[in-house]
Amino acid sequence: MQFMLLFSRQGKLRLQKWYVPLSDKERKKISRDLVQTILARKPKMCSFLEWRDLKIVYKRYASLYFCCAVEDQDNELITLEIIHRYVELLDKYFGSVCELDIIFNFEKAYFILDEFLLGGEAQETSKKNVLKAIEQADLLQEVHTHIFSTTLIFLKKKYNPGPL
Amino acid sequence: MPAVSKGDGMRGLAVFISDIRNCKSKEAEIKRINKELANIRSKFKGDKALDGYSKKKYVCKLLFIFLLGHDIDFGHMEAVNLLSSNKYTEKQIGYLFISVLVNSNSDLIRLINNAIKNDLNSRNPTFMNLALHCIANVGSREMAEAFASEIPRILVAGDTMDSVKQSAALCLLRLNRTSPDLVPMGEWTARVVHLLNDQHLGVVTAATSLITTLAQKSPDDFKTSISLAVARLSRIVTSACIDLQDYTYYFVAAPWLSVKLLRLLQCYPPPEDAALRSRLTECLETILNKAQEPPKSKKVQHSNAKNAVLFEAISLIIHHDSEPTLLVRACNQLGQFLQHRETNLRYLALESMCTLASSEFSHEAVKTHIETVINALKTERDVSVRQRAVDLLYAMCDRSNAKQIVAEMLSYLETADYSIREEIVLKVAILAEKYAVDYTWYVDTILNLIRIAGDYVSEEVWYRVIQIVINRDDVQGYAAKTVFEALHAPACHENLVKVGGYILGEFGNLIAGDSRSSPLVQFNLLHSKFHLCSVPTRALLLSAYIKFINLFPEVKATIQDVLRSDSQLRNADVELQQRAVEYLRLSCIASTDILATVLEEMPPFPERESSILAKLKKKKGPGNLPDIDDSRRNVNGNTEHHEPTETTNKSPPSLMADLLPTNRPRPASSSPIMLSAGTMGSSHPFTDLLNLNSPPAAAPSLLVDVFSDLSAPASVEVSEDNFSRFVCKNNGVLYENQLLQIGLKSEYRQNLGRMYVFYGNKTSTQFLSFSSSVTNGDALKGQLIVHAKSVDPVIDGGAQVQQILNMECVSDFTDAPVLNIQFRYGGALQNIAVKLPVMLNKFFQPTEMTSQDFFQRWKQLGAPQQEVQKIFKSQHPMDTDVTKAKILGFGVALLDGVDPNPANFVGAGVIHTKDTQVGCLLRLEPNTQAEMYRLTLRTSRDSVSQRLCDLLSEQF
Repeated sequence: MQFMLLFSRQGKLRLQKWYVPLSDKERKKISRDLVQTILARKPKMCSFLEWRDLKIVYKRYASLYFCCAVEDQDNELITLEIIHRYVELLDKYFGSVCELDIIFNFEKAYFILDEFLLGGEAQETSKKNVLKAIEQADLLQEVHTHIFSTTLIFLKKKYNPGPL
Repeated sequence: MPAVSKGDGMRGLAVFISDIRNCKSKEAEIKRINKELANIRSKFKGDKALDGYSKKKYVCKLLFIFLLGHDIDFGHMEAVNLLSSNKYTEKQIGYLFISVLVNSNSDLIRLINNAIKNDLNSRNPTFMNLALHCIANVGSREMAEAFASEIPRILVAGDTMDSVKQSAALCLLRLNRTSPDLVPMGEWTARVVHLLNDQHLGVVTAATSLITTLAQKSPDDFKTSISLAVARLSRIVTSACIDLQDYTYYFVAAPWLSVKLLRLLQCYPPPEDAALRSRLTECLETILNKAQEPPKSKKVQHSNAKNAVLFEAISLIIHHDSEPTLLVRACNQLGQFLQHRETNLRYLALESMCTLASSEFSHEAVKTHIETVINALKTERDVSVRQRAVDLLYAMCDRSNAKQIVAEMLSYLETADYSIREEIVLKVAILAEKYAVDYTWYVDTILNLIRIAGDYVSEEVWYRVIQIVINRDDVQGYAAKTVFEALHAPACHENLVKVGGYILGEFGNLIAGDSRSSPLVQFNLLHSKFHLCSVPTRALLLSAYIKFINLFPEVKATIQDVLRSDSQLRNADVELQQRAVEYLRLSCIASTDILATVLEEMPPFPERESSILAKLKKKKGPGNLPDIDDSRRNVNGNTEHHEPTETTNKSPPSLMADLLPTNRPRPASSSPIMLSAGTMGSSHPFTDLLNLNSPPAAAPSLLVDVFSDLSAPASVEVSEDNFSRFVCKNNGVLYENQLLQIGLKSEYRQNLGRMYVFYGNKTSTQFLSFSSSVTNGDALKGQLIVHAKSVDPVIDGGAQVQQILNMECVSDFTDAPVLNIQFRYGGALQNIAVKLPVMLNKFFQPTEMTSQDFFQRWKQLGAPQQEVQKIFKSQHPMDTDVTKAKILGFGVALLDGVDPNPANFVGAGVIHTKDTQVGCLLRLEPNTQAEMYRLTLRTSRDSVSQRLCDLLSEQF
């Protein structure tokens, strides 16, 4: 896989992971082009498209689009299920994940992705094992209780009540 | 809904993020961000040392700002500091920042690498993983230099935790992709292969990706992985789905691992070991069988995972291309998917079938789905699916279905999405040319293309149709008639005007006999479009007009009036004005003879790769179509190779240096891309270029095909009976036996030549699998380039077919090329080889000169090696007129009144080769009493003198 992008229906980029070296400018151009291309497609259309010399695999979950770029010989369907497994992981970790979780805890979204995919390849496909690794890491953290948790509940209700 | 209770949040960060989200405008957002950046900067620069938590919070804010798309130019140092924190979350944020904002600042890289090294040595698996993730995410050269030798050690060490092994494997994969030269292969490679046997499926999954990447680069080192991969795959596909516990995904056993293993096996040919091979075949059959079983779940994830494995298995089957049963089963399976209700599956089936179409075992099976695919083109609502259908139709096209497919593509083109029109135009143009049985169909198809999608017809396409019409005289009249009719459309595309102008300018005379398309009607039709066209088209039309003046003297006055008008002679465009002025002047002062010479019909274009194909290749990327650049480079290499010989021989002053400019422009028709005859057979050139492996149309037995690929079997004796008869003439019968007669017509201009070879079938039975090619001996390669056009594979009884050979003389030569002919007559394979009468003297241009000039040059060429003389007995009656005709036929000018003895013959000429020109003088002194001749040749090059003397002395 060459890169993965998460973006909203409004075209806002929520997460970007690049597995090939590209300049900042190229990344911005690619993201812009792709977001535009995919948002222009109708709901029932197929999840794959040719784009430059890459294959794009994408799927929409609630308000978020998950989009992966893979190479010519790569398997589209399994990529589609990589996306799904990642959504499952986020869902399990955050408990009914929604776009706001990813906005406010973007660093967690990156950490979970790194446990699941590394160098653009599936590292660990067992849901249990990935979550175990993340939970272990969380256990290592010093205690920092915050009133902030309640703030977030409020924010989530206000902006985006539905699950992904 | 539970909020994030896990981990520790950063309140300041959350507030900042919601502030940004509340910004009503881009300006407000930028303002808020600048305020925050100023705040962070002052915090970082402040005297008070920040605690870890604050540092982490600010670094995280910077990261957020960066991910929003803003530039960040500070904070790197603080992030690096976090790496060495002993608090996990601080370290984690530090690594994330470094991974996202890589900076090639060398000081920082050293610090980062230090921190990574510490974590790798920490023996704490969580820290080690963080460090490995960072290396894999950044993947820079500096990191490869620092860690490429360390990571393999971690990967194969006995005491490494499974999760660390997984990270190490993929980390190594990433480094190998970015800096393969820095990843040392060593004894660890064998141990990596054995990770395929690991108990932990996560380790196997990660290791399989690594091994696949390594095996693609050095397959031999990882051959042992084949048997392990097959064994693993076999255990997975035959396992009950609960066996693999958490690696079972929606009732499919380890789909990711299965796909990766099947992918790894695609790095290799089918296993040689029979047992292994049958075990793999069993696996593939099981996967195909499972596709027929009822689904275990209605969830789309179940069918996706199952089909992902199925498609990968089909890819492997296609890659092996060795098991006809599996290939046909795969094709049937894909055929079912073509009508599936899931758009994704229809898309993938079309895509997969494209590759299946190129296998000889399944090409026919794929063709049976043509109606479904055409239907997909008409009914699919998603353009990317229709695009796949176009690709598949292109791939499955062969002579049997070309007309149908081209017609369907043309009709689809009328409504096709703008984004893919150009590609469809190119594909139609290629198919129409490649499978044209009669070229009238080809011309019709291209004109239709221009009519339907004129804007998408690139220059390559209309150039190509003109090349083909010029090179094939059987279609010229038809083409003229058809463009003439097409130009009558009220709104015809400018590209049609270009093609029309060019073709009528060249071949308008072929339809001028009909009063409906008389010269004046043709001219008025073209000129009615003139004012609507762009400058380049107008320029082309002006050239067509001057060609008309030559073709049809009766419209000369009309055209001159047009050229003379102010709108032409005073046109603001320099090019148009110049053409108008020059053409007008030319038409006024030149005699009909000169006009006829200057405006002669265009010479045929040298055969070359279709520029359209090159364009499609460019569009599709080099990987999708095989390249022919290699053969071109070869030809260039040859020419360069011969240049040194030329320079060494240049030292004596060239005889004709003052007579003729040596750097004559080469005729417009000559092209740098000519294929040497040694590499080109007469088989259809496109078949090789596209490598579609489509079965030959006439479907002869396989054996014949194998033979036709061999050039000049050694056993056939080369006939040269009539060779010397062609020294002084260009036309005649070259060869004849009971079955076949070969006639020749040839013409030469400077260093280029063209030969029409006529093959007459003297029997009443068809010749099948007829092919003919030209081979050059080793010495001749590089001196003479002969390109043979393809010839019809069938010659009916009593019929004659024509083959065109294009030649280019690169440097002087002695040998002659050999024409090899093969065909089947009544079941027996016939092989004939004939020496082709292409001699050096064919590239003569006669030179007239005065007696004084002649003897002056004669003296200049007085060096012993420049002169060759031969005294020989006459073979034929000594007739002055016959001798004169022979000397003229030899190619030189006969100079009267030069030699003091009127009985002697004196001639002069210049041999044109691509590399150089060689001036030649000759003198023939007959002695009628003795029935002897003395022939003397002087040229600037001894090899030329010798060869010419040998050739000519045989003639008297």
